[in-house]
Amino acid sequence: MTDAAETVPQSPALPSPVLQIRGAGLQRGERTLWSGLDLDVAPGELIAVLGPSGSGKTTLLRAILGLEPLSEGTIMALGVPVRPGGRGRKGNRRVGYLPQARPLPRDTAMRGRDLVALGVDGHRFGLPVTRRVDRDRVDALIDAVGARTFADEPVGILSGGEQQRLRVGQALADDPRLLLCDEPLTSLDLANQQAVVRLIDDHRRTGAGVLLVTHDINPVLGKVDRILYIANGRFMLGRPADVLTSPVLTDLYGAPVFVLRAGDRLVVVGAPDAEDSHHHHHHDDHEAHA
Amino acid sequence: MNWSDVGDAMFGGLADYGDILALVQNSIWAGAVLGLVGGLIGVFVMQRDMAFAVHGISELSFAGAAAALLFGYDVVTGSIVGSLVAAALIGWLGARARDRNSIIGVLMPFGLGLGILFLSLYDGRSANRFSLLTGQIVSVQNAQLGWLIAISAFVLVALLLIWRPLRFDSLDPQSAAARGVPTTAVSLGFMLLLGLAVAVAVHIIGALLVMALVVTPAAAAARVTSGTLALPLLSAGFGVVAAVGGILLAVMGTLPVSPYITTLSFAIYLVCRIVGGRRGRVTRLAR
Repeated sequence: MTDAAETVPQSPALPSPVLQIRGAGLQRGERTLWSGLDLDVAPGELIAVLGPSGSGKTTLLRAILGLEPLSEGTIMALGVPVRPGGRGRKGNRRVGYLPQARPLPRDTAMRGRDLVALGVDGHRFGLPVTRRVDRDRVDALIDAVGARTFADEPVGILSGGEQQRLRVGQALADDPRLLLCDEPLTSLDLANQQAVVRLIDDHRRTGAGVLLVTHDINPVLGKVDRILYIANGRFMLGRPADVLTSPVLTDLYGAPVFVLRAGDRLVVVGAPDAEDSHHHHHHDDHEAHA
Repeated sequence: MNWSDVGDAMFGGLADYGDILALVQNSIWAGAVLGLVGGLIGVFVMQRDMAFAVHGISELSFAGAAAALLFGYDVVTGSIVGSLVAAALIGWLGARARDRNSIIGVLMPFGLGLGILFLSLYDGRSANRFSLLTGQIVSVQNAQLGWLIAISAFVLVALLLIWRPLRFDSLDPQSAAARGVPTTAVSLGFMLLLGLAVAVAVHIIGALLVMALVVTPAAAAARVTSGTLALPLLSAGFGVVAAVGGILLAVMGTLPVSPYITTLSFAIYLVCRIVGGRRGRVTRLAR
């Protein structure tokens, strides 16, 4: 197995993919972050995107949303080409987007429900009058993410986990069939990580495809169908057991990398950072989790 | 100056208060509309952390007005041109907060210096000179007052129309962009509206004191509420009370309007801080 994209064979009975990426490549200045990426995400499939920082994971999500152009290749999101020829709208309301859990400032003048409401009508121009149907939708989303008890508190005083649950509600506003998550678990404690993973997993079970960028695979390891591992300008795509092995990652990085099992956790040791590998500096244990 | 002089300066006009009010009626209207607009736009100034930008825009607005005074153009037009140039520059060059602050820091003294140069070259009525820096709404002519009110009304309507996308972009630009909000256009639009509001405020309370109407009311309201509706309503209310109250108090005597407005505005802020502090944390007042 090398850098070729080994798509897991899909049975012909499966419905059409919610995301299709063909021959995608990304360049940053002179440097090619990756190229030749083919990826199909089926309905109900959860794919984790792993790799060192600077390997272009976030940019991949932004490209799918039409916020950043690829250097080469095409993307079809929910059956619609993303900004063909660089034209068309940026952003995509039919695709859900869950950002990193950056804590909001304490004095943010907004209550919990307002954070959810941004997903329902935050994009709408015109007089800011809340329609009844929108208010009902916000209530339904608040219930769906279990935020009833703190929905009317100012967001600034809520914990990171509570804020992130509200963001999940915001991302699910239009019941997206494709959900993109960018490090949704960072800076959350274990219980809240599990709560957010459960919400994402619940939504996946309704038949939505999920692409989840993370630096720590462990919180989602039990839920992931496939892993896209980007490193060193190359990538591996396959089931967790096939990708997260010492030989595969050693081959991918071109440097000795060890996947260790500690209880039910996986630890990747020796993986160099993306930038570092180009300057031939090696920091062992720099990326403690994969 | 003894106490009776102070009394005269503050309340000397009390005997003719009815006549004075009739004379300054349009000024009061202009103050009310600007208070409303300043309070509303201030909510976003706070959320987007742009208090310093307000100051930067007002100094360039002052330079524009001073240039118009010197070269014989309309002063209101001059201040608007200065304001919009500053707002566009800051919006265009300073997308990120850190860039923005350094750009404002560079623009502000330049604008203020230009304005002072134009004013010292100007040999017309000296009363006009300092009114741009410290404001004197009651000396603005009626035709110009009409313009100030019309511009404020335009800003008010435009602000309401972009309210929700602007709020989304102010809180979480990444998610807003992902949801299809044209974030660049919304940000630039906001800067232009802010520029217009600041240009109006320069004429009412002066370039140096603009923040008393564009920042303080929102900062005060944020101490006591975080409701989506309560915050802008309260902030707008504070702005109107400070602006109109300041004019009403000032015309009783011979003192300028601005210190009244800034003092009222500050007093409201103090009260809100005490009330908000006593509650222990920011609490919502109403939905």
